[in-house]
Amino acid sequence: MGNPNAFLTIPRQEAGHRPVYERVSNFGEVEQTLNEGDRMLQASRCMDCGVPFCHWACPLGNRSPEWQDAVCKGKWELAYKLLSQTNDFPEFTGRICPALCEKSCVLNHAMDAPVTVRENECSIIERAFREGYVHPRSYPRNGRKVAVVGAGPAGLSAAVQLNKKGYEVTVLEKMPSAGGLVRYGIPNFKLDKYVIDRRLAVLEQEGITFRYGVKVDTEHLPEGYDAYIISTGTPVARDLPIPGRELKGIYFALDLLTQQNRRLAGEQFSKEETVSAKGRKVLVIGGGDTGSDCIGTCHRQGCRSVMQIEIMPKPPEGYNPATPWPAWPMILRTSTSHEEGCERRWSLSSCRFLDDGNGRVGGVEVEEVEWLPAPDGGRPQMKPTGRKSIIECDFVLLAMGFLRPQHPQFGPNVFVAGDARTGPSLVVRALAGGRAAAQELDDYIMNRL
Amino acid sequence: MERTLYDPAYEHDACGVGLIADLNGNKTHQLVSDGLTMLENLKHRGAEGADAKTGDGAGIMVQIPHEFILLQGIPVPERSRYGTGLVFLPKDGKAGEEYIEVLREEIRREGLVLSNVREVPVNSDILGETARACEPHVVQVFITGANSPEGLETRLYRIRKHVEQKISDKDFYIVSLSSKVLIYKGMLTSTQLKEYYPDLSSPFFTSGLALVHSRFSTNTFPAWSLAQPFRMMAHNGEINTIRGNRGWMEAREGVLSSKALGDVRDISPIIQPGMSDSASFDNTMEFFYHSGMELPHVMSMMIPESFNEKNPIGNDLKAFYEYHSILMEPWDGPAAILFSDGRYAGGMLDRNGLRPSRYLITDKGVLAIASEAGCLPVSAGSVVEKGSLQPGKILMVDTRTGRIFRNDEIKQTLADGHDYRRWLSNGRIELAKLRSGRKAENTVPDFEKKLRAFDYTREDVERIIIPMCNSASEPVSSMGNDTPLAAVSERPQLLFNYFRQQFAQVTNPPIDPIREDLVMSLTEYIGAVGMNILTPDEDHCKMVRLPQPVLTNDELDILCHIRYKGFNTEVLPILFEKSKGEIGMKEALDSLCREAEASVDKGINYIILSDRGIDETHAAIPSLLAVSAIHHYLVKVQKRVRTALIVESGEIRETMHSALLLGYGASAVNPYMAFAIIDDLVKKGELQLDFETARKNYIKAVDKGLKKILSKMGISTIRSYRGAKIFESIGLGAELLKDYFGTPSSTVGGISLSRIALDAARLHAQGFCSEVSDILPHVGQYSFRKDGIQHSWTPEAIAALQLSTRTGNYKKFKEFTSIVDGHKDPIFLRDFFSFRHNPIPIEEVEPVEEIVKRFVGAAMSFGAISQGAHEAIAEALNRLGSRSNTGEGGEDRERFHTDKNSGIKQVASGRFGVTTEYLVNAREIQIKIAQGAKPGEGGQLPGYKVDEIIARTRHSIPGISLISPPPHHDIYSIEDLAQLIFDLRNVNPEARISVKLVAESGVGTVAAGVAKAKADLIVISGAEGGTGASPMSSIRYAGISPEIGLSETRQTLIKNGLRDKVTLQTDGQLKTGRDVVAMALLGADEFGFGTAQLIVLGCVLMRKCHANSCPMGIATRNKKLLGLYRGCSDSLVNYYRFLAEEVREYLADMGFRKFEDIVGRTDLIVVDRAKAGSKAASLDFSRLLCQDDEGPLHADPDHRNILGDVLDKHIMAAARPALEEGRNVSLHYGISNTDRAVGAMLSGRIAERYGEEGLPDGTLNVTFHGSAGQSFGAFLMKGVSFRLEGETNDYLGKGLSGGRIVVRPDPDAHFDASANTIAGNTLLYGATSGSLFMAGRAGERFAVRNSGAIAVVEGVGDHCCEYMTGGRVVVLGPTGRNFAAGMSGGLAYVWDPDHNFDYYCNMEMIELGLIEEKARMEELKSLIAEHRRLTGSALAARMLEHWSEYAEDFIQVTPIEYKRVLHEEQLRKLNEKIDNVQMDY
Repeated sequence: MGNPNAFLTIPRQEAGHRPVYERVSNFGEVEQTLNEGDRMLQASRCMDCGVPFCHWACPLGNRSPEWQDAVCKGKWELAYKLLSQTNDFPEFTGRICPALCEKSCVLNHAMDAPVTVRENECSIIERAFREGYVHPRSYPRNGRKVAVVGAGPAGLSAAVQLNKKGYEVTVLEKMPSAGGLVRYGIPNFKLDKYVIDRRLAVLEQEGITFRYGVKVDTEHLPEGYDAYIISTGTPVARDLPIPGRELKGIYFALDLLTQQNRRLAGEQFSKEETVSAKGRKVLVIGGGDTGSDCIGTCHRQGCRSVMQIEIMPKPPEGYNPATPWPAWPMILRTSTSHEEGCERRWSLSSCRFLDDGNGRVGGVEVEEVEWLPAPDGGRPQMKPTGRKSIIECDFVLLAMGFLRPQHPQFGPNVFVAGDARTGPSLVVRALAGGRAAAQELDDYIMNRL
Repeated sequence: MERTLYDPAYEHDACGVGLIADLNGNKTHQLVSDGLTMLENLKHRGAEGADAKTGDGAGIMVQIPHEFILLQGIPVPERSRYGTGLVFLPKDGKAGEEYIEVLREEIRREGLVLSNVREVPVNSDILGETARACEPHVVQVFITGANSPEGLETRLYRIRKHVEQKISDKDFYIVSLSSKVLIYKGMLTSTQLKEYYPDLSSPFFTSGLALVHSRFSTNTFPAWSLAQPFRMMAHNGEINTIRGNRGWMEAREGVLSSKALGDVRDISPIIQPGMSDSASFDNTMEFFYHSGMELPHVMSMMIPESFNEKNPIGNDLKAFYEYHSILMEPWDGPAAILFSDGRYAGGMLDRNGLRPSRYLITDKGVLAIASEAGCLPVSAGSVVEKGSLQPGKILMVDTRTGRIFRNDEIKQTLADGHDYRRWLSNGRIELAKLRSGRKAENTVPDFEKKLRAFDYTREDVERIIIPMCNSASEPVSSMGNDTPLAAVSERPQLLFNYFRQQFAQVTNPPIDPIREDLVMSLTEYIGAVGMNILTPDEDHCKMVRLPQPVLTNDELDILCHIRYKGFNTEVLPILFEKSKGEIGMKEALDSLCREAEASVDKGINYIILSDRGIDETHAAIPSLLAVSAIHHYLVKVQKRVRTALIVESGEIRETMHSALLLGYGASAVNPYMAFAIIDDLVKKGELQLDFETARKNYIKAVDKGLKKILSKMGISTIRSYRGAKIFESIGLGAELLKDYFGTPSSTVGGISLSRIALDAARLHAQGFCSEVSDILPHVGQYSFRKDGIQHSWTPEAIAALQLSTRTGNYKKFKEFTSIVDGHKDPIFLRDFFSFRHNPIPIEEVEPVEEIVKRFVGAAMSFGAISQGAHEAIAEALNRLGSRSNTGEGGEDRERFHTDKNSGIKQVASGRFGVTTEYLVNAREIQIKIAQGAKPGEGGQLPGYKVDEIIARTRHSIPGISLISPPPHHDIYSIEDLAQLIFDLRNVNPEARISVKLVAESGVGTVAAGVAKAKADLIVISGAEGGTGASPMSSIRYAGISPEIGLSETRQTLIKNGLRDKVTLQTDGQLKTGRDVVAMALLGADEFGFGTAQLIVLGCVLMRKCHANSCPMGIATRNKKLLGLYRGCSDSLVNYYRFLAEEVREYLADMGFRKFEDIVGRTDLIVVDRAKAGSKAASLDFSRLLCQDDEGPLHADPDHRNILGDVLDKHIMAAARPALEEGRNVSLHYGISNTDRAVGAMLSGRIAERYGEEGLPDGTLNVTFHGSAGQSFGAFLMKGVSFRLEGETNDYLGKGLSGGRIVVRPDPDAHFDASANTIAGNTLLYGATSGSLFMAGRAGERFAVRNSGAIAVVEGVGDHCCEYMTGGRVVVLGPTGRNFAAGMSGGLAYVWDPDHNFDYYCNMEMIELGLIEEKARMEELKSLIAEHRRLTGSALAARMLEHWSEYAEDFIQVTPIEYKRVLHEEQLRKLNEKIDNVQMDY
């Protein structure tokens, strides 16, 4: 660490986003980048804490202070090496991670201006690709074979780790390409898909076999492997079984998002198949990140308007005493997609979908609800108020999360990783889960020797 | 093996000494009686045990009272033809008779006759209980049959040594056996000596000299034999280097035969085992004396003065010292030694002059030397000379001829003894001057593998090596160490990690290695010591001189290849076959020892132990193990001094590593991997230096670090440190310690060789058995890492503690404690404890309000932490009825009478802000001896951190650096501490006086001494305690776990019957109720919390306190950051209440209603067995938990230490009109040296009533006549004026707070005031304001740490104005060495008629110049005029009369920082003026 007082003189500087008018017309990445000098200055703000809460908060245990130090000294290759010790896909997390590290950064606590950990991370890996620090390596083989079912972040991360340890890894994926929700869920304006392809090319050269379009029945795992990683994610979205659900124009969020990404990747869809918000009055039900992605996507598809509703109350702005530092703060977040235009309402429960007369959805009847704190301190309880109203819309997206998957009783050589194990969560947790499962698998194999 | 942790080897003592000799050779009883009077007047320097009647020891040495003996009817031949001496026999008559027979037989074998055994009459009734229990049967033996006095002394010596060889009963002791002197001594107080031995009162009991001693021992155990004088000397002080000295004397015995004594084996061991440091010194001294050396020669060899270039002594004398330094390492330590062989008698001080010694010579031909002036009443008119012994100097008289030998004469004679200079220049080789033309490689093959095999981490490189290369000093860090002890960590450890540095506290002072560098030396000589070194010979000089112990690869290469002058070397690989494991390592060690022995036999001059050859199959033996094993083996076979050991090891990177290797016997080390890393860093551009510079800086950093490690033990030279083993281990098994480290026992047991072999193999495997990644691992030693080394402060714990205390949520608090108590693997020793259950309803347990009073704030100074945090802590603890601690930075007086007043006022070595008013506003005054994170070290607050408010509270000047010296300059010894306690109790009789110590082995004995010095409370701080800034190696490697220190303290206090007389407090990483209960069971009454408090206030353990960048606004002075502080006292109140609540739960579970009932109850501790086969399973807590002695287990809350009658009480009564109504009062008193701290109590009352302002000037005037005791005028307040006609002792004007002191010789005295010493050492220590005028000279360290007083004096000793930060000092006479060391503020004017003052100055921080400014010259002149007016000084009168002549000879000493501040001030004023001028236009 060059100067422990740098944070006093150098303000946090985010790279910022492309202007709304410019970005809503296309799916190019919204986030911009800083020049190298500014990036080094940003890294120099890291105080190299005796107790680095960023490192602690990161599910991957990224040793941010170590690589911030390297970056601020211009030692990019070292920074890359340090970063890749804990993170196999910094180009993913550097773009789309909600950055638990920054929320628990001491500078966030002290002066609401954390180190730009995520952006710095992204700079390191982009530089590493640019400079050729990232190149295929070969690892001595140990003669054992493993299958990874599902090529989402958890599966990929497990595959990378196992490959490093010498296993012959085959990744089985039902979709035409790897990446899981990173490829088929996250819109391109947040993460361009060349990022995944670039990495896959490296992985393939390192000896990982990818087989696409393979649907694996987890009840009957394919033969010929010493062990398995199940990283099939959470394929089932939570539904909203209220009257009118069968009407046309009501989609799951992923229906929209996946198709948009596939279309951008060059796939063609028939008119009947097409899910598009073009010219529509869109209602997104569910106030999370997926909902947010839907908003951005709808804007780019040329919708007329967007509203987002959420059953939970509006979270506090800025600071929430219920979730103090270094915990993840439950506060109002405004994404780039929100900035692009969206009405947001909270504490609304959906009662029924209304027919526009043509079998298409024409609106939703919602009821305002109140949330009462539970006497035992548990989950607050919902109390309907009876104040009902109707929201007009002709395009509804259900973004209410995903269901925790059920698995059959697996044998001892099968290890479940990522969302498939924990239920829906963040990409960074999936990556950590993949690593953990790989370690478990390796321990299992090594103990059997 | 010992059952408890108490070990008599750690006993310390110190004392008062006195010598009186008749220069005319008259033998009188008056002289003996005067000697006893001196002794009685030194009573306060001795101590009493718990029964208040048992003294620690007193004794007297006299010339043999021939007439008296004849009068007893004992037929003895004429004077000097017979030997006599007292003998202590066991009370059991039969054993006694047997021993007398042994004695008789030995006398017979020597050809002499035991002609008589006289029962010495004693008066046992006066003895205290403890002394009586072990009272010996005292007889006097008479040995006749010698034909001539020639050689009789030596024969008697031989007899005594032979008897000592034969009888090992500790109840048998020959007090002395001599034809010249006789010694009476015993476990007595000073006043009891005369009563106990009626002999001494007989008018026929005459002598021409008397040497007396009064002992203050830390422990009062049966120790009649340890009373002094010993056979040739009496010692006040402590030999710090004793372990090394004893070891090397043992090692040296093989080469010490002399003509006079014959084969040394006949009298071996030279040093009688099981005795005190002084006794060992005496043994060695008499050995050399009987070998034929003159007394001054022996003394100068054993206690050489410092002879580096900063010392003004001649080159011949330097050569004398250098020659002898090859033969003998210095016996270093605070020492005033008075010695006599019956004819010659004299005194000498150690090189630092750390003990006072004052002398006078009367016109009747009597010389008296004593620890204090005035202890022998002499009429002023008869004194012809008064002086004080100087550091490293001797004064001696021949009682036969009456001749006085002054130092210069003695030393010149010694220097002229042989042509030492020529001998040295012919024989000695200086490594720095050798050139070989060869070039040693700095790279290492298989570098990456070896890095891992030697367990290098990225932190080693980035946090240790790089900073050392860049800044040439050790890196600094902050907060405490919260990682697991090596002993409990399952990670493979370097063997170094098990060791901790020891340090001096209370019983001897650490040294300031920076400001007092002139006494330090890292010079080492290597080569083979020849046989018969007692015969002076040029051949002994055949040595290589190393300027410092770290050798570069080039230097080592040269050493290996000197063939010049017959030097031989051999390299022994310290490797073992990894596949053979423990057996392989053991075999390798055995064969190494044998090979080393064979090398010695071959005449190899130095053996190089190297692990360079580590490869796929060979792992390295830990270098420390190898060197220690060989060192101890060679000592055992008596061949050690005939060779030198050099370690070439890849393990060495930190200073601690080098220190350990040297401490266990190596003469030099070569850290080749560190050099390879530096080389690599330079090549990669990570170090922007060239290799030579980087390496030079690295070595310089190690050198500085070594000096620091040496100095914290009070040791000045590496030669006394080598092999002295001034370390202790935690977690090494007894067998291992015994076999390889020469240490007889282990505190808590631990690992054996098998585990070391296993770890060595595992480390080797890190490098050689697996593919190594291209980045070194970062294991989280210095900062938390999830998968790294465990820390006890985890992010979860910090977050939970902050949240729970902020919101007042007890449930959340329990979450915090379960995180902390439940960490995965043990970290501290207490983690192995659980407690017995016997539940009772919690309602029955005493309330939270009672328990919280036992929790106190740990010392953190304002300045180290911000005002907000400091005040919040004070507020919270005041609300709880407990006490916060000011720390060492003083306290803003605005806070004194508010709820922000800190209950505990700390008095640290810097004495910052320690004014009378500060002290009277305390409920507890804490003397900080040491701090867990850096025991034995000083500190520094850099000038840029000293802003207006800090300067105000510390009574200093903004912008000026403030240095805290390593020692308290008024505590060099235990009786000094007693004096300081006495001073403080006088100032504030209501406050408890506490003493803060740091845990180390031996702390129990120190604590017992502190209790005997009448402290009310003792803090045993754990080594893990926090800090605002401290060298990283000190945080990690100094001091030990509080569990061990506390247990030893508990055991020792109970053994001494002192436990209920003192409250015990502990601290160091305490966090939860469980910690509190565990430490209570080990004996603590109270508990200190530091880090936990800060975390409650928002600290997130950045460990950046030293960087001034605390983002939580706690440990910073940065205004912007201060704004980020968001702590509040309510959270702290919550914390302490929660903690108490949790303690209640434990009490209920254990079945106790009151907290005090569990204190010291080690029987309630259940030790949780660690996993079998784990490292921790080898720990053994039995010594820790054992409680053998019976007695109270906790402090008696009603015990009070009460002050007796002091002069101040009389003064206060007489001065009532002044104190109460402000009327002018003048008083007169006689005063003697037993009147101590006069003025302190009086000042306390004034400060209490009138605050800092005191009384109007001149309100109370008191004149004293006589010899004032120590601390005269201490803390004297404004408005009080003391005038002393006579002389004074040490610590005059300590903490002066506005009062005026005038000292001048007695009007009857005839001597020239300006040429005689009338005051002791360490005057005006920590004075903040006021003035002193003294017509006469003072001793060492005049005006040390003065921050505002004005003083005029007519001559000073060494280290004048040390650490001074303000005020004025005028010296109208000579100064000693090292003037103005560490002086950052104030001004000094020195009269320098000889124009050599610059030589005596430490120029580091000051500038010298003539007095140029008119204002300055006027100031000086007016001070001298004032001096003349007040003291009537003849010198001052002369100067004023011829002012223009004298004025030119004055030198102004200006600290550079002060100069800058003055300059800025001037600039500011100018700018103001300019601004005003512009406004007028």
